[in-house]
Amino acid sequence: MQLAYSLNRLGVDHAALSADDAPGGMFRKWPLFQRMLSWTKPYTGFQPGSREFERHDWNSLAGDEPAHRGLMASVMDGTSYFPSRPEMQRGLELFAERTGLRIRYGCRWEATRREGDDFVLTTSDGEYRAARVVFAVGVAEPWKPPTPGLEHAAQYGELRPVETYADRRIFIIGKQNSGFEIASGLLPLARQIILASPSSTKLSVNTHSLVGVRARYVQPFEDSVLAGGVVILDASIEEVKRAAEGFDVRVRTTDDKPLQFLVDDVVAATGFTTPLRDLPELGVTTFGQSGLPAQTHFWESISVRGIYFAGTINQGSKGLMKHGIPSNSGACQGYRYNARVLARHLAEKQGRSVQIPVIAAKEVIPLLLREATLGPELWHQRSYLARVISFHPDRGILDQGVLPLAHFLDDAQFDGATAITLESNGKQDLYPVVYVRHASKVHETRLDDDPFLNFETAKHRADLAHALDPLLSPSLSQPRT
Amino acid sequence: MAGQELADTIAGFALFADLTTPQREQVVDVFSEQWFADGEKILRQGLSGSGLYVVLDGAAAIRIDGVDRATLRAGDYFGEISCLLGEAPTADIVALGALRCLVLSSSQVESFLKANPNVMYRLLQGEARKVRTTTKWLS
Repeated sequence: MQLAYSLNRLGVDHAALSADDAPGGMFRKWPLFQRMLSWTKPYTGFQPGSREFERHDWNSLAGDEPAHRGLMASVMDGTSYFPSRPEMQRGLELFAERTGLRIRYGCRWEATRREGDDFVLTTSDGEYRAARVVFAVGVAEPWKPPTPGLEHAAQYGELRPVETYADRRIFIIGKQNSGFEIASGLLPLARQIILASPSSTKLSVNTHSLVGVRARYVQPFEDSVLAGGVVILDASIEEVKRAAEGFDVRVRTTDDKPLQFLVDDVVAATGFTTPLRDLPELGVTTFGQSGLPAQTHFWESISVRGIYFAGTINQGSKGLMKHGIPSNSGACQGYRYNARVLARHLAEKQGRSVQIPVIAAKEVIPLLLREATLGPELWHQRSYLARVISFHPDRGILDQGVLPLAHFLDDAQFDGATAITLESNGKQDLYPVVYVRHASKVHETRLDDDPFLNFETAKHRADLAHALDPLLSPSLSQPRT
Repeated sequence: MAGQELADTIAGFALFADLTTPQREQVVDVFSEQWFADGEKILRQGLSGSGLYVVLDGAAAIRIDGVDRATLRAGDYFGEISCLLGEAPTADIVALGALRCLVLSSSQVESFLKANPNVMYRLLQGEARKVRTTTKWLS
């Protein structure tokens, strides 16, 4: 939906197909326990229709006009800043209504083939042909590893009504958010919960990122420490067997000790995979447990050019992952901006000229620091998306907008340009970083962090001016007449 | 590739040769897998915040100031020096064709090596070989 909207804004002809019957298909079923993990904060000092509000709104799609922005705030009842599942569904329906999106619903993609330079999609509604195809099919099919006996385990989405788990011993395989979501949901009912997977669990509050279990689901940890009703194990699962009553689960801890558990239920919270259908046979390289397609900086398959991806699948384009911090492309607040950048990229591929504003030299520093302080793209896609300004002796100073940082660093066209990002090293407060490309070299300058996230101070202006000195000399910044 | 298949693949790499199966599965869980397109930079000379990379498939060039100095192949690793010293890489690493790697962020390297002394010893052996090669070259 985000990509279709952004393509519309740029005047790019396209067909948008969905197997769902209406907008918000996934949110007619999930999340399992009926409330989102991402928030929309109602009171921020900014109006929901403003661009600045998007920093605090992780769930709305990103519109270009006030009437299309921050729509989730208008559909939430105020009892929680995590939207309920029906509120999320309604927010997407409202975006589709307000923006007049034209999407062919009930149209299932069935197969893909190449014909010359085009791709042909076979769908439940006939064939579609295009030189470029974007797949935004999510990473939401539950996946199980080939562990012996795991076919006995219920997957995420297959759980029985929660009351049927009362007074039962439950073994959950997987210690990521879905495992802890289930553990949190069953905590008031279960007699004992065991969570196991090979690696130890991280917490998002410690990693300063979305890596790790989110704070919403930390209660099982406290129970394991203070109450003993939850056991959290670093162990690989060797076998699940049916027992006389329930299941016999054999594990081996990472320090090589075998353990056995007799439990009433086994749940596989072992992750999700990407429903790419026949794309791997067409040559699309995939990787990892989720079967994500490997992608370029502009979310194109690295192995089949012309096939692009949008939405949560964008996790397959990793970017720099500086200090191990990944992008937020797996969540709406991240991929909505990727889609906007992708729309522009596709428009340019079609030969459409995208307007690139000329700015005055005196505007450069205020613009960059303003973006670092309030720009939602930099906030949500740290060290992944960057605001780029290029300097040209003949054309002046050009505001290139938001682009992937890796593209800025590696593309030769940006010699004589600067980019600003927000970054985190996983330990300290976040901080802006300025990259200057000049004379075929890249120079990186970290600006000071600030407890109030204000990067428009005199010190920031002075430090940024110093970093930009090679680019902001008058001879470079004046348009040639 | 599923985790267990990946764990089997790294069993053949010198760096992980001394690990048990559960330990290799933990490596696969702690590291992330990443693909790079032909010509894409994996590490960038002078930029902070990189990681430790282990080549799973494909090849990569060690490029210093635009000049290719050596080629890395499956089982080789890179980025360890900048992780250990907390400094930016002194070379670009550039994919020569499609490249698949395991990646561990710099912030996790210390805890990983301390928790896996067998890997630390193997990594030390690798560093010793590099020093020996450099010493021979200088003499």
